[in-house]
Amino acid sequence: MPGQTLPHVVHSEDVTPLRILSPEGEVINADLMPDLTDEQLKEVMYRMVFTRTWDDRAVNLGRQGRLGFYAPVSGQEGTMVGSEYALTKDDFVCPGYRDMPQIVWHGLPLYQAFLYSRGHQHGGQIPEGVNVLMPQIIIGAQILHATGIAMGFKLKGEKRVAITYTGDGGSSEGDFYEGLNYAGAFKLPAIYFVQNNGYAITTPYAKQTGAQSIAHKALAAGIRGVQVDGMDVLAVIAAVREAAEIARNGGGATLIEGLTYRFRPHSMSDDATKYRTKDEEAEWGLKDPIIRFGKYLESKGLWSEEDTARVREEAKAAVNEHIKKAEQTEKMTIHGLIDSMYENTPQHLEEQKADF
Amino acid sequence: MAQMNMIEAIKDAMRVELKRDPSVVIFGEDVGHVGGVFRATEGLQAEFGENRVFDTPLAESAIGGMAVGLGIQGFRPVAEIQFVGFIFEALDQMFVQAARMRYRSGGRYNAPIVFRTPFGGGVKAAELHTDALEGLAMQTPGLKVIVPSNPYDAKGLLISAIRDNDPVFFMEHLNLYRAFRDEVPEGEYTVPIGKAKVVREGTDVTIIAYGLMVHTALKAADELEKNGVKAEVIDLRTLMPLDIDTIVASIQKTNRAIVVQEAQKSAGAAAEIIAQINEKAILHLEAPVLRCAPPDTVYPFAQIEDQWLPTPARIVKKVNEVLQF
Repeated sequence: MPGQTLPHVVHSEDVTPLRILSPEGEVINADLMPDLTDEQLKEVMYRMVFTRTWDDRAVNLGRQGRLGFYAPVSGQEGTMVGSEYALTKDDFVCPGYRDMPQIVWHGLPLYQAFLYSRGHQHGGQIPEGVNVLMPQIIIGAQILHATGIAMGFKLKGEKRVAITYTGDGGSSEGDFYEGLNYAGAFKLPAIYFVQNNGYAITTPYAKQTGAQSIAHKALAAGIRGVQVDGMDVLAVIAAVREAAEIARNGGGATLIEGLTYRFRPHSMSDDATKYRTKDEEAEWGLKDPIIRFGKYLESKGLWSEEDTARVREEAKAAVNEHIKKAEQTEKMTIHGLIDSMYENTPQHLEEQKADF
Repeated sequence: MAQMNMIEAIKDAMRVELKRDPSVVIFGEDVGHVGGVFRATEGLQAEFGENRVFDTPLAESAIGGMAVGLGIQGFRPVAEIQFVGFIFEALDQMFVQAARMRYRSGGRYNAPIVFRTPFGGGVKAAELHTDALEGLAMQTPGLKVIVPSNPYDAKGLLISAIRDNDPVFFMEHLNLYRAFRDEVPEGEYTVPIGKAKVVREGTDVTIIAYGLMVHTALKAADELEKNGVKAEVIDLRTLMPLDIDTIVASIQKTNRAIVVQEAQKSAGAAAEIIAQINEKAILHLEAPVLRCAPPDTVYPFAQIEDQWLPTPARIVKKVNEVLQF
C-alpha cells in the first residue's frame, strides 16, 4: 500500500526530563528526592553560588588579561556541581574544556585552574590523590579516557566509577559513540554526562542530529539512557547517584543528558547575540538553577539572601587569593618543558637545550 | 636458546612480560580468543585469562583511548592496531593523547603504552595494510618509534618497549614475520631503545636502513663486495630517538652514505637522518648523502609493488652514484 514501509525498529517514545523541583522551587516529585541532610543541601547551594561568582570574576579577569582561555559556565551549575557532588572522591572525573568546576570541586586547587587558563604547565599537575584528568580540548577524547579508566576499575575489581562530560555538539563525534559502545560491550562502571545547552558554539541542537534526544543515543550502545532537567540540581544528583550505584554494582554504564543553558557566550571570543534571541535568553533565565534551588532551600528555612551575599564575598576573596597565587607561580622554562617530554630525556632533546 | 621466527619472538616477549608484571594487559581486534590475525598473541589468553588478554570491539580510536585510560589507572597496555593503515582512526589517541600525557600533566600522569602494528610491503596485501607511516610517528613529540628487523631484536626491543614508561609505536614488518628463524634466548633480555647496530662492517660507504630494508641492503652489500666495494650496513632499530652517534661514527670511517627506506622519498626517516648528518658530520663527507626510496606516490597496487619497493639493484645504483660523485 502506498505510504507503508516494511517493519522497522523505531524508538520514538517521548522523553520527559527527570525533574524534582518546579521552576518555583516546589517539590513536584518527592519520590525521587535524593537523601541529603540539611548540611549537604546547604553545601550544594554554597558550591553553586561560589561557582557562579567565580565565573563572574573569571570573565572580568579574562577581560583584564589576567586569565587566558576560559569557557563560561553560568547557568550550568546544576549539571556541574550536582553531578560531581553525587560521586565520591574515589571516583574519576574526565572533563571537557568547560568542566573546570567539576574538577575543582573534586580537589584541583583553584589557582591551578587559573594556571591552566593562563597556559602554564603547573595547571595540569593534578595533586596526588585527586582523581581527575586535565580539561580535554579534543571533543570526545575524554569519553574514551573515562572508558579506559572504567575498564581499569573493572579489571581491578574496584567499586569506583568514571564520569566524563561533553556537550550536545560532542555527541556527534565518533569517539562519543565508540566510548558508549565499549561501555556497553564490557559493561563498564562509567557515566557519560552530556550537558545539552542547546548550542555547539553557534550551531543549534537541531543541526547536530535528527535524534529526538541525546539520551536516546544510549540505545545504540546498549546502555541506560536518562534525560534530566539540568537546571534542577536535585534531579541531577538523583540521576547521577543512581547511575553510580548501578555502575558500582556491576550494572554497567549510563548516558545522562542534562538539559541546561549557558547564560554567557561559548567562549570569551564568541558573540552569542548573533545566534540567540533575547527572548530565549530571558526564558532560560527564569530557569536559573541557583534561583530555583535557592527558593526551595528558603522554603525550608535553610538559606537566605544574606547567605548568598556571604558566599559571594567568600568566593571573591578566594578568587583574588588564587589568581595572585597563579600570577606568582614560577615562570616555565624551555629546559623544563624539554625535561617533561619523556621519563629520560633523549640525547637529541638534551642537545636542543643549548639553543635556549 | 630456541629457534624462533619474528612472530614467535614477539609472542614470547609478550608472554615473558605478562608473566613478570601483572599490570601488563594486551588487547585489540581478534587478539584474544583466536590469538591475532598473525597469531602474535596465540595462546596468551588461555594462559593468562580474559582479564589480561582480551578482544575489543572494532574501533581503533577506542582501542587507543582504552590504552590511555588503563595507563592512567596503573596498567601497562600493549594495544594492537590490526594493520598500519588503520592507525588513522586512532591518531588522536595515540599521537595526541598518549604522546602528550606526561607533558600536559607536568609528569603527574604518563602513558606506558606499546602500540603494536604490522606494516610493510612485499606480501601483496590489500590496500592500506602495508604503508610505511613511521615518519608520522617520528614527527610526534612524546612518542618513541621502533622498527625491528629480526627475531632477536624484536623480542628484546618489545620487552624494552613494554617496560618503558612512555608510549612506543612498535612497527612489525609483515614480510619479516615468518621470513627466517634466529637464535632467540628464552626468558627475559632487553635490547636498548635508541641504539642502532652495525650489522655489516665496511670501509667505503655506509648504508643506513631499518626494517625489511636492512635485509635488502645486506643483499646489495653482497653485490657491491663482488666489485670490491666494502659497504657498512647500519640497522637503526629505533627511529625515535635516533642513534646519530653510530651513524656519525660510521661516516667518519666511510665518508659516504645513503639511506634506504620503503617509505616514499619525502616520508619516512631519511630526510631527518640526512639533516642530522649535515649538522654533525659534514666535514667527513666526500659526497652528498642520497636516499634510496620509492617515489612519492600512494602505496602501490599489489601487482606493481615489487617494482616500487627498493631492490638490491637500486641500492647498488644509488651507492655507485655516491661513490662516483
